[in-house]
Amino acid sequence: MQKMALIVSAAMLLALPPIGGLADDSPRAGMADPLGSPRWENLRRAFFGDAEVVFDDRVKVNAPAVADEPLNVPVAVDASALTGVEEVLVLVDFNPIVRALRFEPGEARASLAFRLKLNESTPIRAAVRTADGVWHLGGARVTTSGGACTQPSAGSGASDWQQDLNQVGSRLWQRPDGSLRLRLRIVHPMDTGLAKGIPVFYIETLEITAGDGRSLMRIEPAEPVAENPVFTLDIPPGLSVDSPLRIAGRDNNGNLIHAETMP
Amino acid sequence: MKRLPMPTSGLLRLMLLMLLTPFSFAGAADFDYRLESRRIADGVYVLIGRTEDFSPDNGGNVVNSGFLVGAQGVVVIDTGPSRRYGEQMRAAIARITPLPVVLTINSHKHPDHFLGNQAFPPETLAALPETIRAIEVQAPAFIERMYKLNGAWMGATELAAPRRALAPGRLEAGGRELELIALDGHTESDLVVLDRATGTLFAADLVFNGRAPTTPHANLKHWLASLDRLEQQSFTQVVPGHGPVAPDAAPIRETRRYLHWLDQTLREGAEQGLDMSEMLAQPVPDTFSGLALSSQEYRRSVTRLYPEAERIALDMRR
Repeated sequence: MQKMALIVSAAMLLALPPIGGLADDSPRAGMADPLGSPRWENLRRAFFGDAEVVFDDRVKVNAPAVADEPLNVPVAVDASALTGVEEVLVLVDFNPIVRALRFEPGEARASLAFRLKLNESTPIRAAVRTADGVWHLGGARVTTSGGACTQPSAGSGASDWQQDLNQVGSRLWQRPDGSLRLRLRIVHPMDTGLAKGIPVFYIETLEITAGDGRSLMRIEPAEPVAENPVFTLDIPPGLSVDSPLRIAGRDNNGNLIHAETMP
Repeated sequence: MKRLPMPTSGLLRLMLLMLLTPFSFAGAADFDYRLESRRIADGVYVLIGRTEDFSPDNGGNVVNSGFLVGAQGVVVIDTGPSRRYGEQMRAAIARITPLPVVLTINSHKHPDHFLGNQAFPPETLAALPETIRAIEVQAPAFIERMYKLNGAWMGATELAAPRRALAPGRLEAGGRELELIALDGHTESDLVVLDRATGTLFAADLVFNGRAPTTPHANLKHWLASLDRLEQQSFTQVVPGHGPVAPDAAPIRETRRYLHWLDQTLREGAEQGLDMSEMLAQPVPDTFSGLALSSQEYRRSVTRLYPEAERIALDMRR
C-alpha cells in the first residue's frame, strides 16, 4: 500500500511542470505563440526585449488565408478595441525584412489598412503598445507562393515613372457611422533592395495632420509595403475636420511627399 | 474462434490484392488523364475538362480542347496544360483518324491552352502575333507556376512556342474552312475559331460555362465588348474555354452577366472608399451560385483588378 502511494506521487512529480517554471528570466516564457511560429522567440527578443507582451484577441489582423498576389497582399489592422494605443508595429515572421510598417494613430482610429509584399507563407502580426507599456499582439496566417520581396518593382522597370514619383491621390468619405474615411495612394516603387541591381528605395514617413496641426496619424512604411502604397484610415466622429488635411512625408532618398485633401 | 479461410492459390492472392489496392492507384500514379474525344458535330471533337482549380488531383485537366477532322488533315484547337496531356490528346486523335495534324492553334497565352504543344509538329503550332509574343516572354513564369500547382503530372513539360502567326479572317486547313475572329479582354489577344461547315464556335476563354471566369490578365471593358461581338455571330453550338458545350448563347450571356457585375462591384467599391480587405469580405450574390469557384474567383479578381479601380477613383494618372 505504501509502495503504491510512493509510485503515484513520483508519477505526479514527473507529470507536473516544476513550480516556478513560468518565472524564469524571460517574462512570458510560458505564453505560447497562438500562431505556432518557430520565429516567435527570436522576434520577441529582437522587437520587445524585456517589455511585457500579451497575445490579445482584441488586436485584429485581417489578411486573406490564401494570397494569390504575393506582391499585393491586403492587410487590415484594427486595434480600436484597446484604449490608449500609442504605436502599432506590423511584423512578418518569414519575410527577409521582418518589420513591415509602424504607425502612431494620433487622433485617428487605431486601425490602418495597407498592402504588403510577402516572400513566403507566413504569420503577419500587429503589436500594439498601449500607454502602460504593454505590447498586445494579434495576427493572422497567410499562405502564398511568395517571392515578392526579391522582385524588382514595376516602376523600376518603367522608363517614365520618375515624373510621377511621390504623386499623391487622396480622397475623403463620410462613413455611415459618422466617421471620416481617408484613402491615399502614392506613386512609389517601394524597392526592397533585395532585387539584383536595384537599390533600396521606399517611403519612410507619412504624417497626416488636420488643418490646425493636430496629428491624425503618423505612418512609417518599410520596404515590404507594396508598390504604389494605398492606405485606408478612419477619423472618428466628433473630431471636427473642416479645413484641408495635410499629408507630408519623404522617402529614404530625401524626396518629399506633399498633398492636401478637402473634407 | 473461427478462422478466416486463407486463399491458397496465387491467382486468388492476386485477386485479393487487386481488391485491396486503392482505386486512386490506377488514376494519379499512371498520369493518365483518361481523355475522351466527344463528337459534337460532323468531324468536330471536344475534350472537356473538369470545372476545378489546378491541382495534383486533376493534373491541370480543367480546360477544354478540341479538334476538327478534315478531308486531308486535322486542326487542333488548344493543347492542354502539360506535355502528358498533349501526348494523350495526340493519342486520342489517332484513335479517331489516321490523318496528320496540319494546324495546331493556341487560342491565347494561358498555360493550360498551350503546354501540350510539345506533342504536336512544331511547324503546325500557330497563334495570333500578340499571343506568340506574350507566350515567349511569360511562359517561363507560367510553367514554374503550373509545376507548383499540378505537381508531377507536369513532368518534362517545356515551352514549345507557336511560330506561325495567324491573321483574322478565313483560313482553310486540312480541308476545314475556318473563320478566325481576333478579340481580346480575357487576355490581350483571344482567338475565337468558327468551323464554317458545322457552325461550331470555339470561343476560347472569352466564354465560361457553369464556372466563374478567371481574370488574371483581364480587361473587363474589352472582354464585355468581345462578348457583345460574339453574340452577334451566328453559330449552332459554342465550345467554351471551360465548362460544357452549349447549343445556344446562354454561356455568353452568363459570362457577360458575371463580368458586368464584377466590373460594377469594383468601380462602386472604389467610389465608396472601401478598402481591398472590405471588398474581399463581400459575398458573391446568390444569382451566381450556379458558377463553380465563384467566391474563389471573385477574391482573385479583387486582388488583381481593384488597384486599377482605386487609381481611377483617386483620379490618378499612374
